[in-house]
Amino acid sequence: MEQNNESNLAQVRHVVLVLSGKGGVGKSTITTELALALRHAGKKVGILDVDLCGPSIPRMLSMGRPDVHQCDSGWVPVYTDAQKSLALMSIGFLLEDPDEAVVWRGPKKTAMIGQFVSDVAWGELDVLLVDTPPGTSDEHLAVLENLKKHRVDGAILVTTPQAVSTGDVRREITFCKKTGVRILGIVENMSGFVCPHCSECSNIFSKGGGEELAKMTGSVFLGSVPLDPLLSTSIEDGKDFIQSFPDSATFSAISSISQTLLDSLQTA
Amino acid sequence: MADVPDNAPEHCPGTQSEQAGKTSSCQGCPNQKICASGATKAPDPAIAEIGEKLSIVKHKILVLSGKGGVGKSTFSAHLAHALASDGTKEVALLDVDICGPSIPRIMGLEGEQVHQSGSGWSPVYVEDNLAVMSIGFLLGSLDDAVIWRGPKKNGMIKQFLRDVDWGELDYLIVDTPPGTSDEHLSIVQYLSSTHVDGAVILTTPQEVSLQDVRKEIRFCQKVKLPIIGVVENMSGFVCPKCKNTSQIFPPTSGGAEQMCADLNLPLLGKVPLDPRIARSCDEGKSFLNEVPDSPAAEVYQRIVQSIQDYCSNHVTEEQSTT
Repeated sequence: MEQNNESNLAQVRHVVLVLSGKGGVGKSTITTELALALRHAGKKVGILDVDLCGPSIPRMLSMGRPDVHQCDSGWVPVYTDAQKSLALMSIGFLLEDPDEAVVWRGPKKTAMIGQFVSDVAWGELDVLLVDTPPGTSDEHLAVLENLKKHRVDGAILVTTPQAVSTGDVRREITFCKKTGVRILGIVENMSGFVCPHCSECSNIFSKGGGEELAKMTGSVFLGSVPLDPLLSTSIEDGKDFIQSFPDSATFSAISSISQTLLDSLQTA
Repeated sequence: MADVPDNAPEHCPGTQSEQAGKTSSCQGCPNQKICASGATKAPDPAIAEIGEKLSIVKHKILVLSGKGGVGKSTFSAHLAHALASDGTKEVALLDVDICGPSIPRIMGLEGEQVHQSGSGWSPVYVEDNLAVMSIGFLLGSLDDAVIWRGPKKNGMIKQFLRDVDWGELDYLIVDTPPGTSDEHLSIVQYLSSTHVDGAVILTTPQEVSLQDVRKEIRFCQKVKLPIIGVVENMSGFVCPKCKNTSQIFPPTSGGAEQMCADLNLPLLGKVPLDPRIARSCDEGKSFLNEVPDSPAAEVYQRIVQSIQDYCSNHVTEEQSTT
């Protein structure tokens, strides 16, 4: 097992966790869009989806329900393209019935994640993004315990602008400090909605909370991603937003975040 | 799946399993003797104590969703406010989201602390007839993270149900974290010796949310928890300037309406997005009092009415069968 872990992650250059204390703020959406943006920048990217109770990434990348194959060194991740530039491994692939609930308590989840992290044959990757469920509990501890044997570059924290959300993310920052994970920066998602009819901007979930949180905690603010029905639709249909809408403000927000991320990974 | 103690070996079968104390991984575990004796397989005595304690609570409602951030806490808080607006009813709101407690802020109680009394922990009161309990009241600072594994979270939930001085209640509303894991199994297990009216399921219109919510519905069916109905939140946004509606979270697969039709569940209502809801929550005020004549508030009131009707019909049904 130990040896597997070594060889399977040996050729992965950077490991980045996507965290948030709060649910439904867009961790999986940001993970997906960052992965696509990094791929467009010519990087080889992997996504590990460790949200056991609610895996969303397979749908967001329109991967359906492929069979996962095994090779000598473990599970072969599923590739979204022939060039094998974007690899994905999700618990969603291992469930027989997509509507079936994974009703597992902590210890079973911990064991599953341990296997996940060490048994996927990622091959050569520039960046591995790890999408996590909300909270600071079993999954997070298990991911860290297993990845730390290799390396963890740091974490991106996702929040929405309201105080109800930044309040939970403050606790996640404490989690990172306690577990020794470097905070690469904070992303504010669902930040303002521009009405497609009259161009009036409404701050549906308030405004500026992410940037304020970054200032207060001395973290880097990576940028804000607006509420964009085109993005929600792309995510629903599993389409590549980065490719479909290269002129949108949302696109420039995401690509600037991915550029900042790359820079900070390279200087680290 | 049973409890696994903190000091258990890696492959602990669980203290309540048939294999407890007998598997190879039990060798050398400090609990092996007690597990092998069978004493741990008896049901937790706390379940009976909780049943006793909550026998004076008329209605118990769980608010669930497989997905995070769809508005469980917002809905729970407003359901509590609406039910408590009838001064003759005693209402309590319990937050079992141990890692991300939002209820203290939404109820305007941030910074409050729980007090100990002779009969247990006293909940924090928003009004004379509206009590609230959350782990947020037990934390020293707003930065404190609760980095707990399952068994410790379960212990906390047990304490919330058994050791809080709830008193006589008409409604106990339980707000849950996303998922189908420790917190959910525990709350259902600990309430198993008492009557639970049912669960209200929250979702947003997109398939990405519905696919998680279907799992939660399966969970309810597995643990035999009745479903009162489904609420679709963040359903369309009316621009305050031009009054046109935008589907910010598009119902690409037909939304909650289609899911309810497929699964034969009642749709309790669709609450539109309104920036004033998020603002009220941040400020710890009730949106229903702040903007009572808004379309979202009207939908809320209708949903609350259906839940009240469900609960009271339920009681008469049960009385007529006994």
